[in-house]
Amino acid sequence: MNTLIGLLAVVLIFIIVFQLAKASDLMGILKGEKEGENTEGANKTQGLLLMIFMIVGLIGVVVGWLIYEPQLLQGGWSFVPASMHGVEINSSFWITTVVCGIVFFITQAILFWFAYKYRGREGHKAQHFSHDNKLEIIWTVIPAIVLTVLVARGIETWYDITSEAPEGARIVEVTAQQFNWTVRYPGADAVLGQREFELISGENALGINWGDVKSQDDLMPSEIVLEKGVPVLFKLGAKDVLHSFYLTHFMVKMDCVPGIPTQFWMTPTVSTQEMRDHRNNQEFDYELACAELCGRAHWNMRYVVKVLEPAEYKSWVASQTPFYENVKASLAPPADAIPAGADSTVTVPVEGDTTKPSIGEKESDTNVISSL
Amino acid sequence: MAELHNPAIEVHHDDHAHAHDHHGHDDHGHHELNFIEKYIFSQDHKVIGKQFLILGMAWAIVGGLFSIFFRLQLAWPDESFPILEWFLGGWAEGGKLSADFYYALVTMHGTILVFFVLTAGLSGTFSNFLIPLQIGARDMASPAMNMGSFWFFVLSSIVMFVSLVIQTGPAAGGWTAYPPLSALPQASQGSGLGMDLWLISIALFIISVALGGLNYVTTIINMRTKGMDFFRMPLTIWAFFFTAIIGLLSFPVLFGAAILLEFDRLLGTSFFLSDIYVAGEALHHSGGSPILFQHLFWFLGHPEVYIIILPAMGIVSEVMAVHSRKPIFGYKAMVFSILGITILSFIVWAHHMFVTGLNPFVASIFVLFTLLIAVPSAIKVFNWITTLWRGSIRLNPAMLFAIGFVSLFISGGLTGIYLGNATLDIQLHDTYFVVAHFHIVMGLAAFYGMFAGIYHWFPKMFGRYLNSTLGYIHFYVTLVGSYAIFWPMHYIGMSGVPRRYFDFTVFNQFNQYADLNKFITVAAIVVFFVNLLFVINFFYSIFKGRKVTVQNPWGATTLEWTAPINPGHGNWEGDIPAVYRWPYDYSINGRDFIPQTEKLGPNESEDHDIGSDTPKPTEKVPGENLH
Ligand code: HEM
Ligand SMILES: [Cu+2]
Ligand SMILES: [Cu+2]
Repeated sequence: MNTLIGLLAVVLIFIIVFQLAKASDLMGILKGEKEGENTEGANKTQGLLLMIFMIVGLIGVVVGWLIYEPQLLQGGWSFVPASMHGVEINSSFWITTVVCGIVFFITQAILFWFAYKYRGREGHKAQHFSHDNKLEIIWTVIPAIVLTVLVARGIETWYDITSEAPEGARIVEVTAQQFNWTVRYPGADAVLGQREFELISGENALGINWGDVKSQDDLMPSEIVLEKGVPVLFKLGAKDVLHSFYLTHFMVKMDCVPGIPTQFWMTPTVSTQEMRDHRNNQEFDYELACAELCGRAHWNMRYVVKVLEPAEYKSWVASQTPFYENVKASLAPPADAIPAGADSTVTVPVEGDTTKPSIGEKESDTNVISSL
Repeated sequence: MAELHNPAIEVHHDDHAHAHDHHGHDDHGHHELNFIEKYIFSQDHKVIGKQFLILGMAWAIVGGLFSIFFRLQLAWPDESFPILEWFLGGWAEGGKLSADFYYALVTMHGTILVFFVLTAGLSGTFSNFLIPLQIGARDMASPAMNMGSFWFFVLSSIVMFVSLVIQTGPAAGGWTAYPPLSALPQASQGSGLGMDLWLISIALFIISVALGGLNYVTTIINMRTKGMDFFRMPLTIWAFFFTAIIGLLSFPVLFGAAILLEFDRLLGTSFFLSDIYVAGEALHHSGGSPILFQHLFWFLGHPEVYIIILPAMGIVSEVMAVHSRKPIFGYKAMVFSILGITILSFIVWAHHMFVTGLNPFVASIFVLFTLLIAVPSAIKVFNWITTLWRGSIRLNPAMLFAIGFVSLFISGGLTGIYLGNATLDIQLHDTYFVVAHFHIVMGLAAFYGMFAGIYHWFPKMFGRYLNSTLGYIHFYVTLVGSYAIFWPMHYIGMSGVPRRYFDFTVFNQFNQYADLNKFITVAAIVVFFVNLLFVINFFYSIFKGRKVTVQNPWGATTLEWTAPINPGHGNWEGDIPAVYRWPYDYSINGRDFIPQTEKLGPNESEDHDIGSDTPKPTEKVPGENLH
């Protein structure tokens, strides 16, 4: 019913506007407006409207900025990037913003101001001005220089970020699938055990070769836990379709590609607790999200990431049991002892997936999993 | 009529033309075309142009409506909208969009707008309509092929439309159709029959683009009238020329990619697939690379964005010059920057792939080229602004949209500088920042160019004017509305919110923008309706608009305004006019404008910006000795 009333209202408005517009055009014709020409009055009205748009618009941009600045890059000027390279990205971002911001304000202002100032008026003639080599060279060279600086800086930072991971970086393997993540740590020997595609099954989600001793101390926790200040190398992969490993606060993004391993390393610098205090929000957690469209529940791949102080990290590691312990007993018969989070067989009815789980309960095991 | 060179072209006087025709009525032997020959299977480039426009408009309404549907979901994820169920039936049971169909809508919105509206509707319309009229030709080099180009577009449209109504729904893997998602029916409903239809439709569309493009290029090279040197062509023609070249070189790559993808789907090949375990089953594919598809896709995809924007740039340049009563500033610089953009557009594609695991060194090369492309873009902006300087600007709807275009191109071009920097792209890739960037610089800007063109050439197309009051309303509401939609997306994207999310409430970090999302949706609805108003104005004015009674209402220099008010097939009734000067002699020698057809005066030299001051007769014009 409401819809009907709404549609009727729209139709009515259309008719009214349309009739008024017809009358208005007719008036112009009766007043002797020359075909194809604008009257001085019309030009003036339009020029003024453009100026108003420009001024209000530019103010709006500034006001919007002031309102949302605290949230930009998850924290605006005062942002404490949660990773070492994040600081570099952050400063590139602000440099670019200053440069582009200046260009934006100047060019928009001039554009609309010219439109107003040089609007057609009686007795006013345009000036034939077809080119000016000097001017054109100036505005080719200046952008070229500015861009060269930005490129040089950008590429330098890019090489820093994409360089080899430092010796001794912790390894965390993350495997994406519709629609969750499986995480594996190398355990005490610091080497991940072998995986084989052929071994993948409902029970062995990653296709781990349990015969390989290196895999027998590997951990498969249900959160990503990192140690503050220690470089970590994420080894990324996907089982079914593309996904993207996206850690907003750490400024990490790297696609997970079936059949092709990718990686990204970084050093977390702000612990979860520090970030909670900084933001005055004790509920805060770092979140891992998927950034590459991977199907119907792409938006629902939340996974918690924790950064701990070194001491806390040690006790966390100590509290973990290698995943092998869970499957050892049942290696021959099908396992049913796989803990949530490492398992891709937990199924939630697909049709209901538009009803999202409420915030508290959406750790990995409630993620919607395809059962087509 | 005996010496007619091109049998497909018959000089044909439109009924309306007689009333206002100053050139006398030399009616001799031609047969009247029946309705179908004239309006449906027409070979007249003008009719084909209008057909592209109208089919493009129909698609724009569909694509626009889809965006309203999914914006409702983003703004009010917990509400239900009976109207959705009314439109979409089972896809929105109880008035709530399903996640599957959300992605289908997003995918179709992108595909429709990028290919059907902004490629076919823009380049198809104006290249067809303007090339022969502005270079002084009776029609395209091959009118039959040209007609074929339109009908392949129709076929492609039909296939895509069918995919909208089938049981499993249309493709849902995004307009970029990345495999493996798009290759595996097990991974998504949309990757079933819908994806096959998507690929077939795109393949048909590419044939349409190729037929059209070959024609545009051949026509421009071979069929310019006497005196129409390359550097006497209006910037519109330059833009259409390079657009067609880009299309011819890049679309076939997508064609190849589409076929390989279909092989993977149908025949079990492994071009793009490897080591896949999906829906509890390990697939046999091995050795393929999903990344390869991205390379192929963006080898088209990036040039495609210039296929969309170059015609708009050409139109805006022409409209700005005419309504500022000034030459376009830096004509040659404009031509060479189009050329520069054309060349560079082929070597920047991997900037869409910075975080796919691309080799960092290779990526840095792409950073360099990508930021390089900003230089010719900047030159164009400065030249447009300078064109306004000391003009005598006629602020009519066409001109307003041209100014709006420049404003949007600045806004969206600047965000390209963020994204082209691989360092920043780590954070910004696949967030709303990218959505803001390309909607402003490509989506909106190209639409504004299209509107500028429609308002400007409507009198030439239909012999009537659009209602200009409605035009002003259309412009301001669209201008304010479109910035209101897309500007806030920068803030959302800078805060890290990813694109293509059905629902933000699952993540604490993305769930802070409920108000902004409502604001955006409301703005989108308003803009949608005001553009419906434009469509009404368009069709109403075709039949009832104010009649054009003067041949050259805008006082423009270019050739299309020397043709009769309602030109028939063949465009000019007498000989094709010859050209003696460049197209931008405005406000010169004490005169408001001098048409291209006027000989240089004894003491006059051609404007030196265009280099050749000795007008030399060029190629023979086919069909010239028609009468
Ligand atoms: C000033 C020059 C420009 C630069 C440096 C630039 C750079 C970029 C970059 C690096 C991306 C990838 C962003 C990402 O996915 O992370 C991008 C996306 C895009 N750009 Fe631009 N751009 C420029 C101008 C344009 C123009 C003129 C158009 C169209 C007319 C355009 C259309 C697009 C589109 C459609 C996408 C997104 C496609 C998608 O992911 O769906 N850009 N741009
Ligand atoms: Cu995803
Ligand atoms: Cu691109």
